[in-house]
Amino acid sequence: MAAKRNIASKVKPNKKFLGYDLPGVKARELTGKLIVIEGADGSGRSTQIKLLVDWLEAKGYATTQVGLKRSSLASEELERAKNGNILNRTTLSLFYATDFADQLENIIIPSLRAGFIVLADRYIYTLMARDLVRGLDDKWVHNLYSIALRPDAVFYLKLSPEKLIQRNFMKNHTLDYWESGMDLGLSKDMFDSFVQYQKLLSDKFDDMRKTFDFTIVDSDQSVDSLNQELRDHTKKIIN
Amino acid sequence: MKKTKEKTFSQLGYPGRLVAVEGVDGSGKSTQIYLLKRWLEMQGLKVFFSEWNSSGLVKSATRRGKQQKILTPTTFSLIHATDFADRYERQLVPLLKAGYIVLCDRYKFTAFARDTVRGCSPDWVRKLYNFAALPDLTFFFRAPLDVSLNRILQGRPQLKYHEAGMDLGLSDNIEESFKLFQGRLLKAYAKMKTEFGLIQINANQPIEKQQEMVRERLAKVIDLKGYQLNQ
Repeated sequence: MAAKRNIASKVKPNKKFLGYDLPGVKARELTGKLIVIEGADGSGRSTQIKLLVDWLEAKGYATTQVGLKRSSLASEELERAKNGNILNRTTLSLFYATDFADQLENIIIPSLRAGFIVLADRYIYTLMARDLVRGLDDKWVHNLYSIALRPDAVFYLKLSPEKLIQRNFMKNHTLDYWESGMDLGLSKDMFDSFVQYQKLLSDKFDDMRKTFDFTIVDSDQSVDSLNQELRDHTKKIIN
Repeated sequence: MKKTKEKTFSQLGYPGRLVAVEGVDGSGKSTQIYLLKRWLEMQGLKVFFSEWNSSGLVKSATRRGKQQKILTPTTFSLIHATDFADRYERQLVPLLKAGYIVLCDRYKFTAFARDTVRGCSPDWVRKLYNFAALPDLTFFFRAPLDVSLNRILQGRPQLKYHEAGMDLGLSDNIEESFKLFQGRLLKAYAKMKTEFGLIQINANQPIEKQQEMVRERLAKVIDLKGYQLNQ
């Protein structure tokens, strides 16, 4: 297996895995771009991705969209696990990682190989932040996701917990059990729990900035001006 | 490989003890752990034999992955780690905290062997599983490859796709693939002996002789008096 690697050309790979190479994948063959949008529910991720897709397709770029819990391998069971809250934290963490890896290998990598721009509605960072606030070991979590590809850009849409709450109410008039971190037992009051949990996650994202390269984008602006900002950043990558 | 720095349940202060058996298919390890269980039970000890009863959710995803053959080495590894974690958190840890002697037919070493043979990084897989403590005692039943192959191939000719390592593309013939795959697994196990202090038992000798050695070794490492049922 090792002998084959010697033939590798001298072209500098623009794609890299964060830690360990996936068996059977040559990172240098992945010519597309991977753009990640991170941010809490209500930070405007899906709206912004939709607009980016329109803009990119208008320019003639092919796009693929991925997100958490969308794998054909594990998404159905993960949804059921969420509704019943029956899996322990390490198990749930590994199940999410399975879901992620399935999409990485079956959607993200083939798309990048075909030269597509992949827009990821959240990536490993959300998964890591969720694991970390639940007390899983930092090194363990980093190792778990070291099989991921390093994105070409990560945009973190930042909004204060107070504003997030307002946006969530505008959208659903209700708070989600998991987005409120109710399983952590921070508070019996969902509103308080949401605020505390989102603060914890946001702190983890701030920590992760030291290790990973994020572009922080203030989400407290109009949809159009926010999208303009994202386009400006994206232009630097695709040209 | 260097010796691992990971700790056993006893080193971590658990009152219970975990004993695992490892080895390739047909090494006779399941027979041995059954006899061990009988022996401990007859002494009136708190013993639990952990079978692989995955939760419905993880099982259903694993089944789909296998049936549709959509598993890669990485997702194969992760879905099995999920399954292992589920059993570990729901079953093993509570029993070990309650002071049981827990017997496991296969533990994380099975995953180390299987996943690295499939091409996953040995280092990544070891770290993936380091949420789980080491057994207090691990027996590695080792027989010459043709002996274990004969036991399986004579008794159960219906080999399953992943069990035979067909996903590795070693051979189009399922029996041939199984042989090659088992050979690689055996090598992977042998490499782990020093790293994890596996106790090798020559599985090519009479069953009762092997059992005698296993019981003797176990009694040396675990003070059985402390595990009486009515305590």
